[in-house]
Amino acid sequence: MSSPESGSYDATEAAPHGKPRATEWPLWEVFIRGQHGLSHRHVGSLHAADAESAIKNARDVYTRRNEGLSIWVVEASAIAASSPEEKGPLYEPSNDKVYRHPTFFDIPDEVGAM
Amino acid sequence: MYAQMIKSTGKGVKSLDEMDPEERAFQERINAGGKIEPKDWMPEGYRKTLIRQIGQHAHSEIVGQLPEGNWITRAPTLERKAILLAKVQDEAGHGLYLYCAAETLGVSRDQLTRDLLTGRMKYSSIFNYPTLTWADMGAVGWLVDGAAIMNQVPLQRTSYGPYARAMVRICKEESFHQRQGFDIMMKMVNGTEAQRRMAQDALNRFWYPSLMMFGPSDAESVHSAQSMAWKIKMNTNDELRQKFVDQTVPQAEYLGLTVPDEHLKWNETRGHYDFSEPDWDEFFDVLQGNGPCSTDRMEARNMAWDEGRWVREGLLAHAEKKRARKMAAE
Amino acid sequence: MSDPLFEFLCRMGDNTLVLGHRVSEWCGVAPVLEEDIALANTALDLIGQTTLWLNLAGEVEGKGRDADALAFRRDVWDFHNVLLVEQPNGDFGQTIMRQFLFDAWHRGYLTALTGSSHTQVAAIAEKSLKEVTYHLERTTDTVIGLGDGTEESHKRMQSALDRLYPYIGEMFFKDAVDEAMISEGIAPDPTSLRAAFDSLLDEVLAKATLTRPDGTFAHKGGKSGQRHSEHLGHILAQMQWLQRAYPDATW
Repeated sequence: MSSPESGSYDATEAAPHGKPRATEWPLWEVFIRGQHGLSHRHVGSLHAADAESAIKNARDVYTRRNEGLSIWVVEASAIAASSPEEKGPLYEPSNDKVYRHPTFFDIPDEVGAM
Repeated sequence: MYAQMIKSTGKGVKSLDEMDPEERAFQERINAGGKIEPKDWMPEGYRKTLIRQIGQHAHSEIVGQLPEGNWITRAPTLERKAILLAKVQDEAGHGLYLYCAAETLGVSRDQLTRDLLTGRMKYSSIFNYPTLTWADMGAVGWLVDGAAIMNQVPLQRTSYGPYARAMVRICKEESFHQRQGFDIMMKMVNGTEAQRRMAQDALNRFWYPSLMMFGPSDAESVHSAQSMAWKIKMNTNDELRQKFVDQTVPQAEYLGLTVPDEHLKWNETRGHYDFSEPDWDEFFDVLQGNGPCSTDRMEARNMAWDEGRWVREGLLAHAEKKRARKMAAE
Repeated sequence: MSDPLFEFLCRMGDNTLVLGHRVSEWCGVAPVLEEDIALANTALDLIGQTTLWLNLAGEVEGKGRDADALAFRRDVWDFHNVLLVEQPNGDFGQTIMRQFLFDAWHRGYLTALTGSSHTQVAAIAEKSLKEVTYHLERTTDTVIGLGDGTEESHKRMQSALDRLYPYIGEMFFKDAVDEAMISEGIAPDPTSLRAAFDSLLDEVLAKATLTRPDGTFAHKGGKSGQRHSEHLGHILAQMQWLQRAYPDATW
């Protein structure tokens, strides 16, 4: 057990992304429109039993409850996709908890970059 | 690191000339700094190695909640309690992002979880060490998150798109983690005699386990060479460890704490600190499941999973009933 | 009786402090990652509200105590939270049922407090209400989902309800502190909020296929501080330990 080498994934040949499994909550893709009038943007995925809880989970996981946001969730298995060459989306951290921001903590200059 | 001792499945790094056209195009795209996305062709070895690496990284975030979670109910002020809770919550979020990245490779989160719970997959050795005093919350943020950041920042440029995007988000959220740890340490060293003792004790216990996080020297490893060619590993373990030591020693000096290494010395010619290697026998013992808290950690995760089953099943059953009722009504 | 305004503010802050502590015990061991994150958000909201209520309490008291001094340096008999919030987490069902019952009371009470004659009270209530409205939405869905889910989840939710039901009454009980707050227009008459609570409870329990227990018995003694359960002492032993063990330290 020196490494996960023995944990082989030979048996799990690329099941389609998001294919629901018998006892596992389905995977949902989350899209959020922020306050700046831009269109909904993919921010990530999560698991939920149904659409309503997916929206609530998205609020908790991806917005940390910032207001003024519109959330779309789409079951991942319902998405048809081409082969994408997309750029990595930029993410905004939550603004409501000030200590989540590194500048909340005063680190003396002598200590250097942190 | 959060993903330690990941072996690639490749048999050594092939040259471009030895590759068939598909693989050659794939490798050339990586060499040119391009991203590989879920629906792109990829060698099976790349896919499997990534599942192991991302999975282990995700498991580390989840198990990593436990040593800090250990102090949430004992945090000494309301603000410290909120900060610590937010940090541990972030770790759950980071685990979630990483599992989702792994899921794009054709494995489900529950499958990965089962592999963690049965011991088939590992998590970082560091989370098998106990947190014994409040100063450990400082040391974990300062040293453990500090070491993790060394690895995670370059991984934002990794070749696999979903992994790189998860790392971008994680690095953004994580930037406060190390600083809050250092902030706790500053309070401790500027506090009472007992607090200074706690701070030194925490550094003593976490210094070598932090150095172990980078894994043993891998300069000669073919697995690492393959992972670096695929750009799913960006630096050697020794490079990162040196960088960590060089950055951390002056911070310890600033705090007035002593790094527990009598051989630690600035080497003018190398332009780096010389330092002692951690005890690699201890590292392998920990990986075998013999860390001081290995049993506790696995018990806690297994208990959470087993006792959560009825909840997961209950909400799923309700969702199915609701769907059936809706269809019947239409 | 101490200053009724001070005691009222302690009641508000102690409720959120003790419940926030209880919810934070779930961190890292919830049934699924998404719930782990959501529970942490709830606990964070409650801790934030605690700071606001207890800082104001300290200000009103005028003895130089802040929220931390009140949270970490009072003993059991000076706590004024309702007994419901100090009940053990039990399984996830008991935690969610406790949260739902509290949220349902909390939302009604905070809504009334937004019209308080005391501007700081009204301001804290308004900020808290946004958070608590979401808590209630979430726990309502979860109580319904688990009540209606499988046979096992139904059974567990029913026993959680049966276990916690006798702790509902205290939230609506009126005493001299309430009388004083009512007469100054600071806080509502708790008894006036019971009917709306009951109809929400009936509506949610019906959707959750759960049965409301018979009986009107209500435990009390938490809100007044006269007789807490044994659980509170253990919560405080853990929560206050560092502050008590190292009284000269700052953190």
